[in-house]
Amino acid sequence: MTISAEPTTEVVTSAVVPPSSPVKTPWSQRSGWLSQHLGTAIVGAVLGYVFGHWLGNYVASGYTYIANSGQNSIADALALIFMTFGWLLGIGALNYPLAKIVGRSAPEEVIAKGWTKYVRYSTDHKVVGMQYIVGVLLFLFTGGLLAMAIRTELLNPTTHVFSADTYIKIVSEHGTIMMMMATSIIVGPLGNYLVPLMIGARRMAFPRIEAFSFWVFIAGYMVIFSALPYGGFPTGWTGYAPLQTQAGPGMVSYLLGFAVIGLGMMAAGFNIAVTIINYRAPGMTWSRVPIFVWSLLATAALLTLATPVLFAGGLFGLLDKTAQTAFYVTEHGGSSFLWENLFWFFGHPEVYIMALPGFGIVGELIPVFCRKPLFAYKVAAAGMIGVALLSFFVWQHHLFQSGINPDMRPLFMLTTELISIPTGFIFLVGMGTLYRAKIRFEVPMLFCMAVFFNFLIGGITGVFLSDVPVNVTVHGGFFVLSHFHYTIMGGLLFAFMGGLYYWLPKMTGRMMNKKLGLVHFWTMLVFFNLTFFPMFIIGLLGQPRRVFTYAKNLQGLNDFSSVSAFLLGASFLVFLVNFMWSMYINPVMAPANPWDSLGLEWQTATPVPSYNFERIPVIMTDPYHYGEVGAPALADFGDGPPAPLGSSSTTGSDPA
Amino acid sequence: MANENSTNETHHLRNITVIWLILSVIVDLLFWFLVGPHVPPGTMTSSAKGNQFDFTFLCLMALPVLIGVWVYMGYAIRIWSAKRPGAEEPMTGPNARTNKTAQVSWIVITSVAVLFLAGFGTVELVISQGSGGGEGPNPIWTPPGATKAEAAALTPKASWSANSNQVLTVQVIAQQWKFTYRYPQFGGFETTQLVLPANTNIAFNVTSLDVIHSFWAYQLDVKADANPQQNDVAFTQTKQLGSFTVRCSELCGIWHGTMFNSGKVVSEAAFMSWAQSTEQANAQNTADLPPFAWTYVPDANGAAGGYYTDGNVTPYSTVEIYGSKQSAP
Repeated sequence: MTISAEPTTEVVTSAVVPPSSPVKTPWSQRSGWLSQHLGTAIVGAVLGYVFGHWLGNYVASGYTYIANSGQNSIADALALIFMTFGWLLGIGALNYPLAKIVGRSAPEEVIAKGWTKYVRYSTDHKVVGMQYIVGVLLFLFTGGLLAMAIRTELLNPTTHVFSADTYIKIVSEHGTIMMMMATSIIVGPLGNYLVPLMIGARRMAFPRIEAFSFWVFIAGYMVIFSALPYGGFPTGWTGYAPLQTQAGPGMVSYLLGFAVIGLGMMAAGFNIAVTIINYRAPGMTWSRVPIFVWSLLATAALLTLATPVLFAGGLFGLLDKTAQTAFYVTEHGGSSFLWENLFWFFGHPEVYIMALPGFGIVGELIPVFCRKPLFAYKVAAAGMIGVALLSFFVWQHHLFQSGINPDMRPLFMLTTELISIPTGFIFLVGMGTLYRAKIRFEVPMLFCMAVFFNFLIGGITGVFLSDVPVNVTVHGGFFVLSHFHYTIMGGLLFAFMGGLYYWLPKMTGRMMNKKLGLVHFWTMLVFFNLTFFPMFIIGLLGQPRRVFTYAKNLQGLNDFSSVSAFLLGASFLVFLVNFMWSMYINPVMAPANPWDSLGLEWQTATPVPSYNFERIPVIMTDPYHYGEVGAPALADFGDGPPAPLGSSSTTGSDPA
Repeated sequence: MANENSTNETHHLRNITVIWLILSVIVDLLFWFLVGPHVPPGTMTSSAKGNQFDFTFLCLMALPVLIGVWVYMGYAIRIWSAKRPGAEEPMTGPNARTNKTAQVSWIVITSVAVLFLAGFGTVELVISQGSGGGEGPNPIWTPPGATKAEAAALTPKASWSANSNQVLTVQVIAQQWKFTYRYPQFGGFETTQLVLPANTNIAFNVTSLDVIHSFWAYQLDVKADANPQQNDVAFTQTKQLGSFTVRCSELCGIWHGTMFNSGKVVSEAAFMSWAQSTEQANAQNTADLPPFAWTYVPDANGAAGGYYTDGNVTPYSTVEIYGSKQSAP
């Protein structure tokens, strides 16, 4: 039906060019230190920063932010913009487009050998996936440390560890970094690594755009982190104007940070959507696409369509702060509601950018460990598309008490509650698959079960929030805070961990240690719930978000939550120890298919060759024939009779 | 074989349903009697009481859903684990992939529940006059007499008297980082104390002088964002005497955490005497204030931090800046 001949014949040029090619290699492509890599990117970023700062001070010398302080928003903004350009120039992301612009033939990116490929601009989707793992963990652990600081401050309502000023900046930085991390935590590492393997493609549709999305993601980290040395920003991750307009230079980092991250999100979404639509192997019809790929298609659509609004909104704010425009300044004809609308018009699809990939992982993993086909596959796929569509029609539920037109409230209450129908499909699918299964409780499966447990609480409390009368009580308090931690952390992050335990053996050829994995899982599940469940009660008892002091009678609950949070933080250290131990210190070679999965990604060699499949497979059926005797083989690899199902599925189909 | 399968099926589904039903009834009853009456934020006003009922109602609906999924999961973990001695082989066949009855009934049940909840929420929102939430400058769900009282509040002759069933108009002015209140029906005096009469419809007119704040009178269950240059109106009817807490629930800068104070609901007669005596005591101060209005131009150089980086005040404001006439303390 949707067989595409083109990818079957095409081979990535870079993959077949041997290192000893007679073509003269430009300096930027050489191996060794005299080429482009992380080091030159850092040099480029530093030079760009210095140049931009000088330029800003030169063109706008009178615009000190605070009289005689030497702080100049224009200089700060230009410094960060040129830093991003310098970074991209240094890593080599701009070689190809610049060469094309001046009309020269652009060099093909050579995929470096050895570990140095991970610190280079690599167009191999597997390298980008691995780079993203390091990238998202960088975000995650930075944000996590800030969370520990928040819980430390909230140990006592009257004795303060931080000043009110420092505290609010920690809260803001925590929220923003975590939100940025959550946009990419599954799409980046697992999406980039697995999509071509799961759809039987040799590469992504746009490998350069894919690599660009990663390096710009890291540039986004630098920009948002620069808020701290700039003195932070006091607005939380929502960045409401006029507080945004009033804030100091750290706000520049926030606004530009979202714009830069937004570039990466748009690039990643566009690349993944085009890849899934056009690069499926012959026979990979829409009803045979793995459910994880469906979830990424829905996510990619959201990334591509919702992020431009954030990008534009961030740039408007940046112009308000630098060029003195008045998009959000009421006195001069702007409106603070404009930011609220733009931000949440992006912000609510964003919530599903963070939820859908998690559903996809759960849907993909549960059949493997249940030894049963995925139940109601079509409902699952339809649910994901339904969630993606509806997510554009619910944003004003964030503004129920804002004073925005009240006659829209019943409508947004309705759309918000409607979205729980397609969201609920994932429970139908999960519970149907569990029905009369033979469940193996391996670590990835435990994480999937935990997603159901946590997301159920997160989803149901979402219905409470969508009810306008109840929203009066719970809006802006710890109740909503707990709700979205249950969905994002309890759903997305647990699913990511499940996916990591499940696919790392494929990605690295090494098994994660099961005992440490169990310790990690149980501590994370228990302390996650002990941290966040009391916050529902704290919120109902009247504690607003983002406060450094609170009512004395809430200290017991806050302390309980804080201590649990420290232990939750410790569970991430268990993960880190397990990761280092199993991947580097004492690696145990993984079997070719440790979970007996039928997925296409497990049917190529480990480590995956740079061209993924020797021949493009012809897909014969869907990958969920678990427990079926005499089921057809998943794919024809063109190298003899297909392997019988249920046997160790890599033999006979292994192209290596 | 087919018979055995169907008996198995009935057997599992019956077990799960029975456990679910018993647990749901027990938990719902316990919640209704033990927790329901204590659900925050109490019953001090009509909106608090209404929203407390809504919250309890949603809990009564949500708990069986939670229990249903948990019972199912627990059953699956216990019965369908591969580790269980004598574990059966997993179910196969077309029924393992799709089951029309299960899918259709799931979709129908969730859709009906969701549509019912949306309808329920809308009805509760409308009959409770906005449930205490900020309805913006042109509220559409208003208590009787509110529109008249609001219109009159802007005229110098506005007045309010005890036991008259009139709506009391209160203006909440938020600024970094405090709330003050103006009473237009008592000459427009401004005070830091929020005192309200019992058994009275109150119209809170919330505005801000600088950034976005949110007026959250916790026990009254009133929440309305304070936007600069916008009047955000919220209604409630006071029911019980007592004191309540006011907090800012929208991040408004460094000292957001300390932006709280308290107020009290007193009898109508006590309110009347407090309002009249405060009006007299504050007469001089009131004369220095700008005339009562729904919004005031923010201080372009003060609390809001200044929108011009050179430190100049907005040059073309035709409205006097709030508080500018007051002499330095």
